[in-house]
Amino acid sequence: MPTVKVDGQEIEVPAGATVLQACELAGKEIPRFCYHERLSIAGNCRMCLVEVKPGPPKPQASCALPATEGQEIRTDSEMVKKAREGVMEFLLINHPLDCPICDQGGECDLQDQSMAYGRGATRYDENKRAVTEKYMGPLIKTTMTRCIHCTRCVRFSEEIAGVDEIGALYRGENMQITTYLEHAAKHELSANVIDLCPVGALTSRPYAFEARPWELKKTLGIDVMDAMGANIRIDSRGREVLRALPRVNDDVNEEWLSDKSRYAVDGLTRRRLDKVWIRKPKKNGQGKLEAATWDEAFKKIKAVKPGKDIAAVYGDLLDCETMFAAKALLGAMGSTLIEGRQTGMTYDTSNLAAVNFNTTLAEIENADAVLIVGSQIRHEAPLLNVRLRKAVKRGAKVFIVGPEWETTYPATFLGNDLGVLNSLSADVTDAFGKAERPAIIVGGAALGRGALGKALALAKEWNVVREGWNGFNSLHFSASRMGGLMLGLAQKGGMADLVAAKPKVLLALGADEVDFTQFPDALKVFIGHHGDKGAHAADIILPAAAYTEKAGTYVNIEGRVQRSEKAVFAPGDAREDWTILRALADALGVKVGFDSFDQLRAAMFANTPALANEGLADLGGELPAGGGDASGIIEAYPVADFYLTNAICRASPTMQRCSAELLHGEPLAEAAE
Amino acid sequence: MLADKDRIFTNVYGYQPWNLDAARARGDWDNTKDILAKGQDAIIDEIKASGLRGRGGAGFPTGMKWSFMPKESKDGRPSFLVINADESEPGSCKDREIIRHDPHKLIEGALVAGFAMRARAAYIYIRGEYIREAETLFAAVQEAYDAGLIGKNACGSGYDFDVFVHRGAGAYICGEETAMIESLEGKKGQPRLKPPFPAGAGLYGCPTTVNNVESIAVAPTIMRRGSAWFSSFGRENNKGTKLFQISGHVEKPCVVEEEMSIPFKELIEKHCGGIRGGWDNLLAVIPGGSSVPLVPAAEIMEAPMDFDGLKAVGSGLGTAAVIVMDKSTDIVKAISRISYFYKHESCGQCTPCREGTGWMWRMMERLRVGDAQPEEIDMLFQVTKQVEGHTICALGDAAAWPIQGLIRHFRPELERRIADAGNMAEAAE
Repeated sequence: MPTVKVDGQEIEVPAGATVLQACELAGKEIPRFCYHERLSIAGNCRMCLVEVKPGPPKPQASCALPATEGQEIRTDSEMVKKAREGVMEFLLINHPLDCPICDQGGECDLQDQSMAYGRGATRYDENKRAVTEKYMGPLIKTTMTRCIHCTRCVRFSEEIAGVDEIGALYRGENMQITTYLEHAAKHELSANVIDLCPVGALTSRPYAFEARPWELKKTLGIDVMDAMGANIRIDSRGREVLRALPRVNDDVNEEWLSDKSRYAVDGLTRRRLDKVWIRKPKKNGQGKLEAATWDEAFKKIKAVKPGKDIAAVYGDLLDCETMFAAKALLGAMGSTLIEGRQTGMTYDTSNLAAVNFNTTLAEIENADAVLIVGSQIRHEAPLLNVRLRKAVKRGAKVFIVGPEWETTYPATFLGNDLGVLNSLSADVTDAFGKAERPAIIVGGAALGRGALGKALALAKEWNVVREGWNGFNSLHFSASRMGGLMLGLAQKGGMADLVAAKPKVLLALGADEVDFTQFPDALKVFIGHHGDKGAHAADIILPAAAYTEKAGTYVNIEGRVQRSEKAVFAPGDAREDWTILRALADALGVKVGFDSFDQLRAAMFANTPALANEGLADLGGELPAGGGDASGIIEAYPVADFYLTNAICRASPTMQRCSAELLHGEPLAEAAE
Repeated sequence: MLADKDRIFTNVYGYQPWNLDAARARGDWDNTKDILAKGQDAIIDEIKASGLRGRGGAGFPTGMKWSFMPKESKDGRPSFLVINADESEPGSCKDREIIRHDPHKLIEGALVAGFAMRARAAYIYIRGEYIREAETLFAAVQEAYDAGLIGKNACGSGYDFDVFVHRGAGAYICGEETAMIESLEGKKGQPRLKPPFPAGAGLYGCPTTVNNVESIAVAPTIMRRGSAWFSSFGRENNKGTKLFQISGHVEKPCVVEEEMSIPFKELIEKHCGGIRGGWDNLLAVIPGGSSVPLVPAAEIMEAPMDFDGLKAVGSGLGTAAVIVMDKSTDIVKAISRISYFYKHESCGQCTPCREGTGWMWRMMERLRVGDAQPEEIDMLFQVTKQVEGHTICALGDAAAWPIQGLIRHFRPELERRIADAGNMAEAAE
């Protein structure tokens, strides 16, 4: 713990801290462009220069200089002021004065810092440099004349994403940042470079010229595009969500966000269900949907007189409140037939510890041996992939059972056959025998093929649960999954149980992945927000709210309870889901026990106390013993198209374009000139 | 004047072949095993005692640099010696002569130095434009391997030592030690932040020493003839002999080995046949390659050509590439051309150098024709000060110094041009 003096103030700093960190601890602001806490130190912008004694009689880059005992640091001296002014002037001489038309305006580090540390006027009389724009794909818009060469984007793609997509070409004042051969950046976290870029060189292409940051209402939300529960900030203007940005949460998403979570929001204004629809009868085939009123719809449902022959299937994006309201409604009708594993997957959910990501996202970085069974992590949980890459950088060995995919770290594929788990090769067993913090991750492709038992047996064999470490993990990719399981909404036989029960009414709560032909006789009521597969099959459509349009509780894969706030109102006649279910209860003549959202929450907390407190829920219980052999071939992973996994993405033009261009290799659609 | 018997580089003009037989006849590889048998510490002590300072420009004591290398590897990492043959400094051409006419001096030096610092191998990073020189060096290394002088059990000493030759791709900045290491690793040649210094974590993260060709090539001769002999030349703290490279407006430009601290006038008179048009025609001298400030005629005449002597006149010895300019020189154009060089060769990594070199060059171009305001001279000086000392490597300093030297010594010339171009404002009344 060295003691240093910052502007005369003595302060003790942690061992290994840099001078910049020491200054921050002392409450001094150090301007910087290239330095970023989560990236390696480049030291190239020279904005963080401070005066340090002992040392050479020139200013030092504080971001790269270790703080050592007895240093005297000055951040307020004439030398430092001059140095900052000098560097600022250099950064600005070739930077275009196009702030009025720059999307970064209002949230630009260069703007802010030039106000705080720059000279008032320019002395530069020569022509400014211009740089051609670079193509970086459908998400990243480039204006490379604005680039100040901090190389944050280069370091992000090399270090965090683990792909060599972005780099620097040429040298001196001709240096240019570009993607390899100007191909699109294809990594699923690629758009994070937009947040990292301190200037307007890399901006958001779909959000281009949409709004100024000071016009936007900022709402704290939780992302539902995968099951990670990434913390987001929803920026909206009027009734429209304009963008989603990551919030810092070191336990969940650090400060990254997957491209899907960031850009699917433009799907929220398209293909929306904004009024009630009822399908008219027709002799052959499906009748046409016709607009109707809420009353007509409720009357029609009531006319079926479902009694206890009512079932519900919930979709991937739902909040706990909606699911609980559905549970309450069905309970009042005398039914417990609710299921969320829409594609018919079944696995034992009696012990939640067995289907939880027990290691936690933050801790998985410390694993030293990882066995992934049946998961394409990059597509199913891109943020988890970042953590695994960190683990591998720290020396972890990774083995994967399933079809090969392009990992961003060294990993050994053991083949498609789950049977390989029954007789693992020596290098796997050796690695796990020696590992101090072994981890098993069972993905959807394996859960659906009954490999959970074998994985639990392996966990027992390798002793992955030990003092201070729980290495057994199931990996879901639906935001509603853990919440649904905690509310006890699963059938032993999965969807098959619902089919067998032949319900008179099937409530489809945002469920778009269900094969509705299994329910030919049921009145299919779709309560959801997008006109997608579910709405196509429905007899009655009741328009509901998307995740940005309602407050809600979400539980991520590690059992972390988080709450999201309402950013905008749902369009047209659409209502928040719980109110629809509450009104339906009245129509069906049953009591669900709540009349307001607060009452609903209170009832939910009483039913499932674990949801009452934000943070990691205690799912209790030891892992079940498991057992049995695994078998079956994994032909493909459940996520077939990363960019089109749910109704919102499928409605999003940005996601469609990403899918076409980045996954299916269609050439960029440019307007004809 | 240095006696012929005291010359280290006896084939610097290529009067004899470069090959192993000829090199042996000149005394190279003569019982190298005995030198190695003295032991690592003895070699380092001998080099320290000789007072040899690095010949690449900075003048850091070579023996001390070697002694920074770890004595034993605690974590199994090997050590490396990197030899800087990326001679790109305008005016410098000494390493080229060594490599093309006396490559075995360098290879033997690599073994001696590498052995002394317990290095596993030496990498010779040769400038990309040195095509014939690289061919010679490749052939010479092969000869040395074939003769068992390097490789397994080098010279029968029981020490395994490899020498690899790596060709650069034509970038001045790769002559900076950490940029050279980056380039050797296959990355973009950009200097690294220090610390960590290469002696702690250099090539592939292993302890590394980067030395100039000349520093390495003189080592075996120092070991054979003794540190006392080497330190008998030159002034205190500036010992030994040195290859001077005199170019520009002298009667006979040449590369010559001379004693350190020889006065400038003596150096030119003895080896170059004097200044073109006589001593009165001398305008200025850049004594150490393009990166050091120029020295006007009056100050350079009696200055001893060594590190401290040239520092005293506000310049530096650099690589001892002496660029002589007579009064026919357009001095502003000359410095502007040097500014262009630095603008062209800046790696672009850190801000002051990337942006500042271009700005400085453009201003120099305007000053060349007087298309400027007189106060812009002060502004240019401020800009050079904003670059100097604010960058990761020394290229920023090197770009700033020549302009500072020009403004310091030739300000009246700059003002005259501005006035001639009609841009001098009338004096306030």
